[in-house]
Amino acid sequence: MLKTENISFSIDKKQILKNVSASFQPGEFNMVLGPNGSGKSSFLKIFSGEINKFDGSVFYDDKRIKEIKKEELAKKRAVMSQQPELSFPLLVEEVVMMGRYPHFSFSPNKKDIAVCNEVIDKMNLSSFKERNYLTLSGGEKQRVQFARVLSQIWEQPETGYRYLFLDEPLNSLDISYQHEFLQEAATLAKHNTVLIAIMHDINLAAQYADKLFFLKEGELVKYGTPYDVLTPDLIKHVFNVNAAIINNPVTGKPLVIYN
Amino acid sequence: MLRHNKFFFPALIALLVIVLLWGIAFGSVHIRLQDMFSGLKHAFNGQDPANIHEAVFIQLRLPRVILCGITGAILAVSGVLMQGLFRNPIVEPGLIGTSAGAGLGASVVFVLAPGFSPAVKEWAGTLLTPILAFIGAMASTIIVYSIARNAKRISIMSLLLVGIAMNAVCLSGINFLAYTARDSQARSITFWNMGNFSGASWLQVVVVGIAAAVVFIISFNYSKQLNTLLLGEEEATYLGVDPNKLKRNILLLNTIMVSVATAFVGVIAFMGLIVPHMLRLMIGSDNKRLLPASMLLGSALLICADTFGRLVLAPAEVSVGIITSLIGAPIFIILLKRFNLLQHKGGYNA
Repeated sequence: MLKTENISFSIDKKQILKNVSASFQPGEFNMVLGPNGSGKSSFLKIFSGEINKFDGSVFYDDKRIKEIKKEELAKKRAVMSQQPELSFPLLVEEVVMMGRYPHFSFSPNKKDIAVCNEVIDKMNLSSFKERNYLTLSGGEKQRVQFARVLSQIWEQPETGYRYLFLDEPLNSLDISYQHEFLQEAATLAKHNTVLIAIMHDINLAAQYADKLFFLKEGELVKYGTPYDVLTPDLIKHVFNVNAAIINNPVTGKPLVIYN
Repeated sequence: MLRHNKFFFPALIALLVIVLLWGIAFGSVHIRLQDMFSGLKHAFNGQDPANIHEAVFIQLRLPRVILCGITGAILAVSGVLMQGLFRNPIVEPGLIGTSAGAGLGASVVFVLAPGFSPAVKEWAGTLLTPILAFIGAMASTIIVYSIARNAKRISIMSLLLVGIAMNAVCLSGINFLAYTARDSQARSITFWNMGNFSGASWLQVVVVGIAAAVVFIISFNYSKQLNTLLLGEEEATYLGVDPNKLKRNILLLNTIMVSVATAFVGVIAFMGLIVPHMLRLMIGSDNKRLLPASMLLGSALLICADTFGRLVLAPAEVSVGIITSLIGAPIFIILLKRFNLLQHKGGYNA
């Protein structure tokens, strides 16, 4: 389980987050939504350990993040950021292998190589293995990065959970990959994983999420299951957009229609 | 693709050995293989060289070629480290003030040494120039870093800009000294800034060799962490690396190593820039291969350049820095052109 307690964070006197307390359960697909500048990415950077100067506490399995060594955390927590770029050319398989770096000291062992091959197969990247990452399209890069992140937390830790955080993972994916990606992630969540994604598309979120968390101006304004929290009032309050909510006749999930 | 070719490293080593023998054999005095063997035998037995060929081999040619090889390795490895740290393909020690600072330190000795107190001259002896050059190199680089550092991060843009300013300051200092100096002193300054191995000695080999060995071992151990920086500092953090600590340690080690080498042999341009790029095109950007390969190729190429400089106008010598710049600059331009085609996010602004 991942828990944040009273997280506050400012940059140059501008308050980005105000007293955000939330808890994210393993086995569920948690999604964080909010308008631009609502503090979503900062929130992710704080609970993932990238930003370490903030007020409040972050707990991984009841252990404070500040008491966990970076190297140890990297073995069970993986983060997919928005479109990381490489400064020099690397092969796709070399990028995926980077996910295993926290697990070996100098050279990858058989297990690391096996994990990478398994992940590459799973993500349908076998024909890409030897390609230069810099020559891939945005969507292809996204899939390679997801493979890298998956290989980082492929095996279950001996105790506790795995943690996977995704910052707007669907950015440059086409529709079929968006759904494939979310299904893949949802399956992963079922296997002892605390899964948190920052999302933009409310309808995709409603379809796949178990819990939604809405941020507005740095405050957590509402959270719960899509059925419980999605109302026209909430959409108006958070995004300042008029919307109606109906039942999606195909999935049975809430469907937001913007007027 | 050469990256998986298991003959790549043996081929590099073979190239280095051949170049090494070529560099030893040719020059104003030609040295045959049997002179090398008998010279080494006599030296190991503590005997004096039996003839002039052995003496040239042991006292001049061998330390020169070895110092040249180590220096080439240092400059190339330093290029890999700096380019990796700053995620930028055009960084080299010269751009951030190290070489210009060394040049200023050396110029001070050339012009002002007659005024130094005899005690200082007595104590430092022939090491006076290297010592001041080392101090100059370290000081100017540290000043550049501390000005460019802001909010605990070192941004590449500010580093390069401050580096340009520092280079200008040091250069004006060098020029001022040259202006006020006598002709012979001014010539020493010019020669020093072109890089030269003609003064190579075993003492220099030992000092530069130790600095190189220590930094090579440490940086090879950092190669995995350096790789994570290819993805950016944020991703490196998520993979368990502390990017700021990594940068600080590598920069410090790198600056010491380059300052030591530059202090003895002067400024040699373009080596640190070109060798890593040539290798990236051949074997990719994985630092685990790139670092050792740069060491070997940098070594071989600088020995080549120095030997060429000794032969081309023999018996006169052309400074090694002239050769590396003459050949290096066009290659640098070609690489820049190539890189423009690949320009992408994460370069300058990273």
